[in-house]
Amino acid sequence: MTSLGVRRIKGYLMLILVAVAFIIIMIPLISMLYMIIKEGIGILSWEFLTALPKPPGEAGGGIGNAIQGSLMMVALASMISIPISIFAAMYISEYGGKLSTITEFIAEVLSGTPSIIAGIFIYTLIVLRIGFSALAGALALSVLMIPTVTIASYESLKAVPRSIREAAIALGVPKWRASLFVILRSAMVGIGTGVILGVARIFGETAPLLFTALGNMYWNEGLLEPTAALPLLIYNYATSPYKSWQTQAWGAALVLLVIVLLLNIGVRIIARKR
Amino acid sequence: MSTKIRIKSLNGWFGEKQVLKDINLDIEENSITAIIGPSGCGKTTLIRCINRMHEVTPGARVEGSVLLDEQDIYKEDPVKVRERIGMVFQRPNPFPTMSVLENAVAGLKLKGIRNRKLLAEKAEEVIKAVGLWDEVKNELNKPGTSLSGGQQQRLCIARALAVEPEVLLMDEPASALDPVSTMRLEDLIYELKKEYTIVIVTHNMQQAARVSDYTAFLYMGELIEYSNTKELFERPKNDLTERYISGRFG
Repeated sequence: MTSLGVRRIKGYLMLILVAVAFIIIMIPLISMLYMIIKEGIGILSWEFLTALPKPPGEAGGGIGNAIQGSLMMVALASMISIPISIFAAMYISEYGGKLSTITEFIAEVLSGTPSIIAGIFIYTLIVLRIGFSALAGALALSVLMIPTVTIASYESLKAVPRSIREAAIALGVPKWRASLFVILRSAMVGIGTGVILGVARIFGETAPLLFTALGNMYWNEGLLEPTAALPLLIYNYATSPYKSWQTQAWGAALVLLVIVLLLNIGVRIIARKR
Repeated sequence: MSTKIRIKSLNGWFGEKQVLKDINLDIEENSITAIIGPSGCGKTTLIRCINRMHEVTPGARVEGSVLLDEQDIYKEDPVKVRERIGMVFQRPNPFPTMSVLENAVAGLKLKGIRNRKLLAEKAEEVIKAVGLWDEVKNELNKPGTSLSGGQQQRLCIARALAVEPEVLLMDEPASALDPVSTMRLEDLIYELKKEYTIVIVTHNMQQAARVSDYTAFLYMGELIEYSNTKELFERPKNDLTERYISGRFG
């Protein structure tokens, strides 16, 4: 009887411990959401989402060019990264050998690279030659996106059961066709999840854009022009002395948060289909 | 009757471990040959050497030769070999991303055949050949994995037949099935021998006795005895065989 009582007390203690940990985790998250929504929601309007910024002190203006710049660079970075990552992942998982072990190792190391290093790398390699540009920004984002998506794709390719691979090979299907049409297709859900998470990550990256995309107060008119981006705008506006810009920074933060949230919900929906 | 497959001094390894030791075995055309033996005796490896699937496993190695119509398959393109020698696996493994119909003709589709009419006709032909048509004709567009285990296994046989092989290898095809499905599968195998040469691995001795014409008994990587099924079960020559079939070990 005593031991049962002791056990019950231990159970309650554990429950309290877990609940406290949960609350500690939730406090910063909830307060951050609360603050961003409270400060940012007031400024949201169609004009805010689509117009160019106005000089400090003037009322109105928006973050249209930053949204344009972010979408453009993220789209370009995705177009560069997704095919490279998927093929690299297929190489690691399907072809094996020493070189694939090295590729896997490199992808893992790269995925832990601080994002500012990706920025410096592209700055030295590209910006010094062609100048600040959307292209350079997209390349810096690709450096961050490729390892993440490669590893996610590799994990989901690895999860395709051996029996499925063997079934395809035993039908007298050449290996490359089996890899492309059976194994890749079976892993598509996992790869899609990885891609969306990669996109969500680079949407919010600021450091690598500071000295590649630079920022711009106007619309971007070409891949080789400097361009605005949401995280850059938040950084510049929030650290500025102007009240109107600070408010807009909250609004932009809310927009960014909603984009990332929507992408994560997308992942949930895909994952549920599995 | 003539010899379809001639296995000559075949040795197989997994890394350092030798799992097949100097196997010599002739397989008759349009017959069913069963390979029996206790777990780990190398029977699955042996059957996987016949269509060059053994070497797909990392670290696996083969020496010796397997002649198909007197041509050594180890000197040919493995992809071509596997077109002529189909395989059915222990667990039903239809492609989860494909429908019943697509699964039946997956081999053709994956080789790039796009003609829808031809694919649909072939699918119907092979699904009928495995006696599955009446059960699935209204579910052709459902995922292959939505069928029952026994149906999935017959679908996998249909998928193997669609490539038009000459030989069908079956690796314990009924081990994941219930008794009724097993019985249906055995009937089907018996039916198929009219057109195909069949090699079946089984750990179920009754099954070997029921369906096969010839039986090979493997023990620790060696071929202990090989003869006419009736003779092997009624008058085994080797003491090991006798003990195994009477259930004293294995």
